[in-house]
Amino acid sequence: MTAALLDVQSVSKRFGGFAALTDVSLGVRTGERLGIIGPNGSGKTTLINCICGALRGHPGTIVFDGHDVTGLAPYQRTRLGIARSFQIPRPFASMSLLENVAVPLEYVAHRVLAPRHAKGWGPLAAADIRAEALAILDQMGLQAGADAPAATLTQVGLRKLELARAMAARPRLLILDEVMAGLSATEVDEVLALLFALSGRGVTILMIEHIMRAIMRFSERVVCLDAGRVMAEGTPAAIAADPMVRRVYLGA
Amino acid sequence: MRGWLKFGIGAAALLGIALAATQAVDNEYFFFAGYVVLQFIVLATAWNILGGYAGYVNFGSAAFFGIGAYVAVALFKAFEAPLAAQLAAAMAVTGLMGFAVGALTMRLRGVFFSIATVAIAVICETLVVNWAFVGGARGTAVLQPPAPALFGSYTRMLFVAMALFAVLAVTVARYIETSWIGRGLRALRDSEEAAESLGVPTLNLKLFAATASGALMGLAGAPLALYMNYIEPTSAFSLNYAVSALAMPIVGGTGSWLGPVIGALLLGSTQQIVTVTVSSELNVLVVGLLLVAFVVMAPQGIVGLLRRLAWPRGAK
Amino acid sequence: MPLELLIEAVIAGVLLGCFYAAVSVGLSVVFGLLDVPQIAHPAFLVLGAYGAYLLGTWGVDPLLAGALLTPLFFLGGLGVYRFYHAVFEQRSDAGLRSLAFFFGIAFVVEVALILAFGVDQRMVEAPYIGESLALGELRLPIRMLVAFGVALLLTVTLALYLSRTFTGRAIKAVAQDQTALALMGADPVRIKQWAFGIATGTCALAGALLIIVQPVEPGLGRLYIGRTFCVAVLAGLGSMPGTLAAGVILGVAESVVLTSLGASWAPAVAFGLLLVVLAIRPAGLFGR
Repeated sequence: MTAALLDVQSVSKRFGGFAALTDVSLGVRTGERLGIIGPNGSGKTTLINCICGALRGHPGTIVFDGHDVTGLAPYQRTRLGIARSFQIPRPFASMSLLENVAVPLEYVAHRVLAPRHAKGWGPLAAADIRAEALAILDQMGLQAGADAPAATLTQVGLRKLELARAMAARPRLLILDEVMAGLSATEVDEVLALLFALSGRGVTILMIEHIMRAIMRFSERVVCLDAGRVMAEGTPAAIAADPMVRRVYLGA
Repeated sequence: MRGWLKFGIGAAALLGIALAATQAVDNEYFFFAGYVVLQFIVLATAWNILGGYAGYVNFGSAAFFGIGAYVAVALFKAFEAPLAAQLAAAMAVTGLMGFAVGALTMRLRGVFFSIATVAIAVICETLVVNWAFVGGARGTAVLQPPAPALFGSYTRMLFVAMALFAVLAVTVARYIETSWIGRGLRALRDSEEAAESLGVPTLNLKLFAATASGALMGLAGAPLALYMNYIEPTSAFSLNYAVSALAMPIVGGTGSWLGPVIGALLLGSTQQIVTVTVSSELNVLVVGLLLVAFVVMAPQGIVGLLRRLAWPRGAK
Repeated sequence: MPLELLIEAVIAGVLLGCFYAAVSVGLSVVFGLLDVPQIAHPAFLVLGAYGAYLLGTWGVDPLLAGALLTPLFFLGGLGVYRFYHAVFEQRSDAGLRSLAFFFGIAFVVEVALILAFGVDQRMVEAPYIGESLALGELRLPIRMLVAFGVALLLTVTLALYLSRTFTGRAIKAVAQDQTALALMGADPVRIKQWAFGIATGTCALAGALLIIVQPVEPGLGRLYIGRTFCVAVLAGLGSMPGTLAAGVILGVAESVVLTSLGASWAPAVAFGLLLVVLAIRPAGLFGR
């Protein structure tokens, strides 16, 4: 039984009178591929926000790799190894694609994980970062416009940039919030291949998706949320067959 | 590295010219006007570190400037402190002010920081008006100490000092801009949420920028009393400083260290000319109109316009 | 401080406070509900005050002047918002530029007023200005009572408008969820434009109240940045009852400080209170 990399314990979150999450508990094993599904408004993004630290001050505990991160700021959690992509892409619009990817490289990968790079502020370190950023963009197929401002990207390009930036932070836990929305079938397959490769390298991946084909193929385990609670949990096959899940999604 | 070499040569040249001027130029007005323009270079550059790089708009630059001036005066009157001590104290106080305002408001939306800076401006002016030691509302006269023999007068020495401060401010700005700090600031300006989630310590960076900005503004103001031989609240905390600190970077271009310099040179000289030839109200009106015009029509400032002319395709 | 003096200060503060609520109510709408950082709101107030002054030189009663100027200011507000939306709201660097824009506008208004009217203080005359009502030991200036009454009327009317009419509720809704509103068939931009127009319109009447309450000079706008934002933030952005309560709190605080510490400290009260609110409870009294 592999240890839990992420342990979400009884997390709740209210916005005024609205309960977005109620007593949600979740465990993610190291190296696992976990999928999270649920209708709109079921609390998926809120859960991500709590895990990543965008929302704090809520009842419940978040434990990552043995550390209690519940009170930590998001950037501190990122430095411990959690990275995320946003449902609505938030690019650094005035910076080039390269610079977008360079930010997590500089602030996480090189500064925290490989501090020797932090000492060098000469051309060597800069060239290093540029090369690595280009390599990451290349994996996403974005290397062609690497020096163009991020504001010029299409919606699809922006989503790929989201993923590229998250990967640049060299996370141990990668959380993807609907990263494949709007992608064509081929693009979905490309991204899945990339994610499988990442998983093969030991990265734990938590995926929120509406594209069922992707989630079912990718996940080892699926959790279904509804109205802020965990309502079902199991293998993709079990979840797909679960009558409660079908009711929540199809109303039948 | 090559960029810094060219920059260093330029800076040294500027200082050399300033020094030479004190020996060669006879016209005192030259030093007066030059001091004012150099002072605006420092002020505008300081503003831009927080405003242009991080996106936090300071409306209360006059407070930092004025407090810098008054801290220096207080030390001078109390202990006859040397100029270096006055400067250090001024920067320490205004740097702390910047930190405090930031710590208070930077967890909230950017507009609250801006409103807090207006509050700081009024509160500081009110405090100084009620501070009898420095003359309260009426102000106080200050006698310049004897100048070192190299310079013709204390005024000329301050001129060179301000040139030095301008070089210092621009160097700090350029370093921040081209370093990882600058990239982090730009990232948090574009999307604070994304920056934070990608490992950028946004609050710490913002506080750093606010402190650096505040300290440099205090530096710009510190020699004021010695320069004018007099200091009083209305002119030390003049709204013109607040508007100019904002308008000069916006007109010049907020994206680079060069913008505030261009803006200060342009608007600073224009102000001198208009004030002398027409009226000081009209001068201030012109600055305000230019601010609005540039914000609406040329948001990248003069530097941006020049870039578009040089690289029409938009890359770089 | 002797008790009677304190009571008099408090009562004066309540009257003053309702006036502060009236001058801030437009900002509560624009900043609280529409999220527009309208730093120029106090400048528009001063503009309204000078408008009342101008009409006053032709013998028009200031309150009437304020009422007459309201449609003009409303239309002006529509125009300003249209411009603001077209230029700023769609961009990513909107924050810096819109703040700088309104600051520039406020500044240009102030200097234009200086050029037009000079820096001297201006006043209006009316039968109710200058007289006081005596209640026992208390002397209440009638102009304060007039301002109090009109301010109350203005604030309550606006509160009712926002909660009882369709457009009013749409304005409150647009603050919360633009997309939902659009799906219900209302155009969020038109609604925000309408709201901005109303808020600017209040500056005409509130400006008239301003010049009734005290003499005005072009630089007054800067002082009122502190007061209006203090009230708007303390209220809990967008809340009309909150605006009234916050106004009264500020009015009483200022009045008490004025009586105990003197006039030279009074300008700092609003700003000091604002900083305290930002430090402790930025959501304000009634905020979410």
